[in-house]
Amino acid sequence: MTDQHQVAYVRTEMLPEQAPPSSQQGVFKWVRENLFPDVVNSIMTVLALLIIYYLLSGFMPWLFGGVWTADSIRDCREILDAAGREVGGCFAVLTERWNQMLFGFTYPTDQYWRPFTAFLLLPFAVTGLMFMGLIAKAFRILAIVQLCMAALIVVGAMAQGSGLGMAVTPAILAVLAFAISTLAASGTPIVRYLILMTALYPFVAFWLIWGGSILSPLFVMIGLIIGYLVFKRGEAFGFAAGVALGLVATVIVWIIGGQIAGLAPDFLAFEAVRSRDMGGFMLNFILGTVCVSLSLPIGIVLALGRQSDMPIIKIICVVFIEFVRGVPLITLLFVANVVLNYFLPPGTNFDLILRVIIMITLFSSAYIAEVIRGGLAALPTGQYEAADSLGLDYAQATRLIILPQALKISIPGIVNVSVGLFKDTTLVSVISMFDLVGMIRGPILASTEWNGVYWELWGAAILLFFPVCYGISQYSQWLERQLDTSHR
Amino acid sequence: MSIAQDEPGAQFRLSMLLNDTRYRGYTFQAVALLALIAFMAYLGVNLVQNLAAAGLNISYQFLGEPAGYDINQRLVEYTSQSTHWRAAVVGVLNTLLVAFVGCFLATVIGVFVGILRLSKNWLIRQLTSVYVEIFRNVPVLIWILIVMQIFIVVLPQPRDFKGANASASMWFDAFAFTGRGFYTPKPIWMDGSWVVVAVFLASILGVFAFRQYAKTRLYRDGVMLERFWTSLGILFVPCLVVYFIMGQPIGLDYPALKGFNFKGGVYMRNSFIALTFALSIYTAAFIAENVRAGILAVSKGQTEAAASLGLRPNRIMNLVILPQALRVIIPPLISQYLNLTKNSSLAIAVGYMDLTGTLGGITLNQTGRAIETVLLLMLFYLTISLSISFIMNIYNNAVKLKER
Repeated sequence: MTDQHQVAYVRTEMLPEQAPPSSQQGVFKWVRENLFPDVVNSIMTVLALLIIYYLLSGFMPWLFGGVWTADSIRDCREILDAAGREVGGCFAVLTERWNQMLFGFTYPTDQYWRPFTAFLLLPFAVTGLMFMGLIAKAFRILAIVQLCMAALIVVGAMAQGSGLGMAVTPAILAVLAFAISTLAASGTPIVRYLILMTALYPFVAFWLIWGGSILSPLFVMIGLIIGYLVFKRGEAFGFAAGVALGLVATVIVWIIGGQIAGLAPDFLAFEAVRSRDMGGFMLNFILGTVCVSLSLPIGIVLALGRQSDMPIIKIICVVFIEFVRGVPLITLLFVANVVLNYFLPPGTNFDLILRVIIMITLFSSAYIAEVIRGGLAALPTGQYEAADSLGLDYAQATRLIILPQALKISIPGIVNVSVGLFKDTTLVSVISMFDLVGMIRGPILASTEWNGVYWELWGAAILLFFPVCYGISQYSQWLERQLDTSHR
Repeated sequence: MSIAQDEPGAQFRLSMLLNDTRYRGYTFQAVALLALIAFMAYLGVNLVQNLAAAGLNISYQFLGEPAGYDINQRLVEYTSQSTHWRAAVVGVLNTLLVAFVGCFLATVIGVFVGILRLSKNWLIRQLTSVYVEIFRNVPVLIWILIVMQIFIVVLPQPRDFKGANASASMWFDAFAFTGRGFYTPKPIWMDGSWVVVAVFLASILGVFAFRQYAKTRLYRDGVMLERFWTSLGILFVPCLVVYFIMGQPIGLDYPALKGFNFKGGVYMRNSFIALTFALSIYTAAFIAENVRAGILAVSKGQTEAAASLGLRPNRIMNLVILPQALRVIIPPLISQYLNLTKNSSLAIAVGYMDLTGTLGGITLNQTGRAIETVLLLMLFYLTISLSISFIMNIYNNAVKLKER
């Protein structure tokens, strides 16, 4: 045994490690494990490849053989025939009618930059809320996105020979976003100012989109600010008293402001655009953002009411929520269209878009209430008891202890409801409003030039909706992971 | 939830209605109730004034008057001379038809895709997730319109079936898929057919009885009876025997090309097919996610525990994983069914005459009775939603974890 290592056929040194066989490494191994692990999976892979090939072989020639400039569908076909191509999309309808699809057909053409700017400002308003810890990175991404937009518009403008001015806005905003990202990276507590931006945004956006004098949105804002300050002072007398005082102060400022704004209708005024001139994808966007933001506070109140100990308030909230959740949105839109006017004081004539906003807001507030109720129910009872034992009253406990946690839990649900609502705004086309779907079905497909161009238009609609909805839902999943403070 | 309570015992004073937490609740409720009543009264007064100004009243008499319009897809007898009420009933049945067929299709597709999303196969995983994301993130109205367009443009027209060298042909000479709709054979019930139907219903009961018996045998004697083939046999053999004994009382009426259109058989309009199909592939994307989440929600320890007890893979799936996954899957599944039913009101976009199309569409426009029709419309959907959530609550209570 002792001199075993001197025997000639026993190795004295270790062999170097050999590379694994080629079937066990690299692409080959990946393909075998992920595509052809067994017979059934191999068949499925082949089938999937066939399906992909079938889809792409139909889709690609259509996409790349398309015609981008023509006056009508007949022109398109002639150009395709002349080029000897079998298939090809008639994308000329998009170059011709993109403005109608985005802004509707009565929004003044030379004012397109206004809703466009409002849209580009939206990320600035929401980023502060959305990416709490990642401000610098978020704004760097935003700067890149805005720059790309500017570049795209410059390219598009060259092709069209107009609208070059619209590229200026994203370029300026890109610089702004870059500046904010630098500031945030340097450690400045910038989030406070960004939330200011969020608070300012609704008024700026209103002014940009609807036009008119800056005074009216300005006074609405001043009224709210003064109301808030009065509320802060009045809170010493109790929460309810503070709210009441604040409301009174707000209304007083609004009345005075209304008088002043009436005196100077042209002060810093854009050309006013009536609500019924809004259309296209812009209308979907307006309805989605306005209704979701309005329905959040209502939803919170409804959820608290449903959890309340007071039977009458609870019954009112339950009946409202269950009623709204039980009927399709379309019936509520019918109400907005044909019934709501009967319930308003004789002589009042509400704008259809305003009536629709009211009904969609009620609709989504019921759904948001249910989501927040889930959040409230998920809070451990200990939180309520801890608040009580600190001697906080209901308003204090709810504002300081319960709601911050409950809302945090329900953010993903709220985001999901918002995506659903944004998609549901297309339903307004059924009551003959010209949102994106309404524009496509109505003025564009019914016109003699473009009657028959289906796939290009619906494809564009998908391309407009998908990135927004997919982006928001991915964000909500990301947020869910970020907010998940539990340890697994 | 409990909130801090003031000490009892103090004499009641009026100021306690605001300051004492024991009584403040009553104040709030009284205020809320009064505000609600005042609001309702305000709306009511406005309504009365507006109706008086327009010379209208609230009345449901129009339901008894002849509708005067035709409905092209119907499950019960209806002519343009029938009443508005009859038209509404036709609409209700059409809505329920779309809802049932749609829910069934959506479940089948959704479960299938949901399981495929967990497949080992990378390509299949990617394909199914592309399907799920695309359908979940684009409005259902757009999908309905696209599917309808596909039907009209891509499928052959009935005239393409004509002639010696037709560009389209029927499947098995029984099914025709055209841009106008699908034609399938229709059963003809002749004398004695009820016996066959009765035997079929009895054999369904028989299958249940046999399953119960097999379970008892398994638990009592430990004998596993062959269940699948026996059940199949019980279901079909008596039926077929009786069918031939009675002299084949159930025949089939095949659709055939007459002139420029198909005659005979069951005709399902393109709007019905497109609506049902679009709703089901849209809802299936959501159901697929529910199914995936449900299966993932069962912890791996359950599979391993079952395996360590010596259960075979398919029994692990049937006895351990699925019962637990179903508890997670079924509540969101039911709410997807509800969504599908409510979304079926989009039928109006493709011209399918469901309740929203008859009562909320043509009847409303013809009679101008907006309040009445919209109220009826809401009542119908509300009834369906509430009854389904009632059933769901019962189910949830039945399957929820019994905790101490």
